[in-house]
Amino acid sequence: MRYIIYKLSTFIVTIALVSLIVFSVFQVLPGRPAQTILGIDADEQQVAQLEKELGLDQSLWEQYISWISGLFSGDLGESLKYQQPVIDILLDRIPVTFSLAMLSIVLTALIGIPLGIFIARTDGKWVSTILSMLTQLGIAIPSFWFGFILILLFSVTFKLFPSNSYVPWSEDFFGALQSFFLPALALALSNIAIMIRYLRNTILDQMKMDYVRTAKCKGLSERWIVYRHILRNAFIPILTIFGMIIADTLGGSIIIENVFSLPGLGSLLIQSISARDFPLVQSMVLYIAVLVVFINFLVDLLYKVIDPRIRLKG
Amino acid sequence: MMMKRRKSIPFHIGLTIVMLLFLMMLISLFYTPYDPNMMQTNARLAKPSLEHLFGTDNFGRDILSRMMQGSQTAFLIGISSVSVGLFFGFLIGACAGYFGGWIDELCMRFIDALMAFPGILLAIMLITVFEPGIKNTILALGMMSVPTFARIIRSSFMQTKQFDYVKASKAKGAGSIHIIFKHILPNIVSPILVAATLSFSGTILAEAGLSYLGLGVQPPDPSWGRMLKEAQPYIATAPWYVIITGTMITLMVLGFNLLGDGIRDQQDKKS
Repeated sequence: MRYIIYKLSTFIVTIALVSLIVFSVFQVLPGRPAQTILGIDADEQQVAQLEKELGLDQSLWEQYISWISGLFSGDLGESLKYQQPVIDILLDRIPVTFSLAMLSIVLTALIGIPLGIFIARTDGKWVSTILSMLTQLGIAIPSFWFGFILILLFSVTFKLFPSNSYVPWSEDFFGALQSFFLPALALALSNIAIMIRYLRNTILDQMKMDYVRTAKCKGLSERWIVYRHILRNAFIPILTIFGMIIADTLGGSIIIENVFSLPGLGSLLIQSISARDFPLVQSMVLYIAVLVVFINFLVDLLYKVIDPRIRLKG
Repeated sequence: MMMKRRKSIPFHIGLTIVMLLFLMMLISLFYTPYDPNMMQTNARLAKPSLEHLFGTDNFGRDILSRMMQGSQTAFLIGISSVSVGLFFGFLIGACAGYFGGWIDELCMRFIDALMAFPGILLAIMLITVFEPGIKNTILALGMMSVPTFARIIRSSFMQTKQFDYVKASKAKGAGSIHIIFKHILPNIVSPILVAATLSFSGTILAEAGLSYLGLGVQPPDPSWGRMLKEAQPYIATAPWYVIITGTMITLMVLGFNLLGDGIRDQQDKKS
């Protein structure tokens, strides 16, 4: 219980700090937002009137409080560019980013976990050395460049997948899967490599433990030991790496969505920046960051569920 | 013996790549095959040949010369961003690790908050507000590596201050500054070196991403990331432009990653 209370309180403090950082960074912007909305022709009175409507005449502290309470009630104000409530625009885009991220994480697990186990079991052989160099390469390749290469290979040369043509799930399931596959794979590459390296190290560390020796003495096969004993103990590290991968995928999707012209949060973010639509950018940055903190919090709670021995240090 | 040899191969590959790229950067300060900005309208998107080893871009500029010039920006941004990250990371990490208690708690919550911005989101947010350009790119990417440095430095400080000779020095009445510079710093140089090497490659990747989005280095300053952006529309007609530019970025990142991992492996063996 103490563990949960401590984690919950750090979760709340971290979110408060994140929101303060986002809020104060955007305070640095030069000029008056109301003037920007109305254009340079507006006179002082009109600007003052709009500032009053937007609540910009209040003190910074009051503005912060009303912005934060908007975050929880879903009332994030209006986008300058789209003249629509920010929340409606976000709800429109979230399914795209969510599908991309989920598919990418599934690909990471499907490819990364079996390969990681395989490499750990062939450790010391030349296969392992070559594969470990390959994983280094996988980490080094910029995901968006890998996206280009995938487009070059599968869309331009072999014409297997469409490039730059987004199909929503509601229209055509397989079409949508096709339009998400290449970007998800591009996004997954470095995570697959990280997963393999991490899993390999974890399994090799576990192999040195006493319980593995005992199991070996009992005459259990190596396959049995790896799948029944080691993987169960490697669950916590795998969970940790998944928490990191989810955050990474969210960050990476910003670029990948722009490469494949997917209408998700990432492309919206970049469009809003070039349109100087700051209320939208501010809310989006905060939502993404809060999501990451929340995922880390969930991972912390899951630790406790998986392994009840986990306690706070000190 | 066999084990030792095998482990150092990636390190040597990394070192070689980094040295070659560094050499290329040094040469580019004095010599490039062509003027990187010279446009030859009759040689647009020329294939790699003896005349233009890496071909030419959509304006007929020599890609090799532009890559060479871009390597200056890459090293400049890499070194400066890592320095910025190290500076602030050191301040935060050292305070947290040395003083402990509520100062530690406060510093760590701030670091957690910075880590909540995934990937290049923190840099994107900062650049949105402070305008793109080399200087702000360096600062924004530097902020991204602050958490890594702060955490490493904090834990090294916490470990080192437990050692008897540090306690003895404290008992003798030595001041905090003296203890930090005389006793703690020499002990944490190598973990910092590893972290610096690895964040160098992280910075290169992030710069490429930012410049691809148009938020990083702005024209006329050369940048590999922006070259990739410029190459994208010609992916079907001039695939070498995309392939060569991306390979360069990958090589740079790979070189520094292998180097960092190699240094860490050697340290692990020592301890």
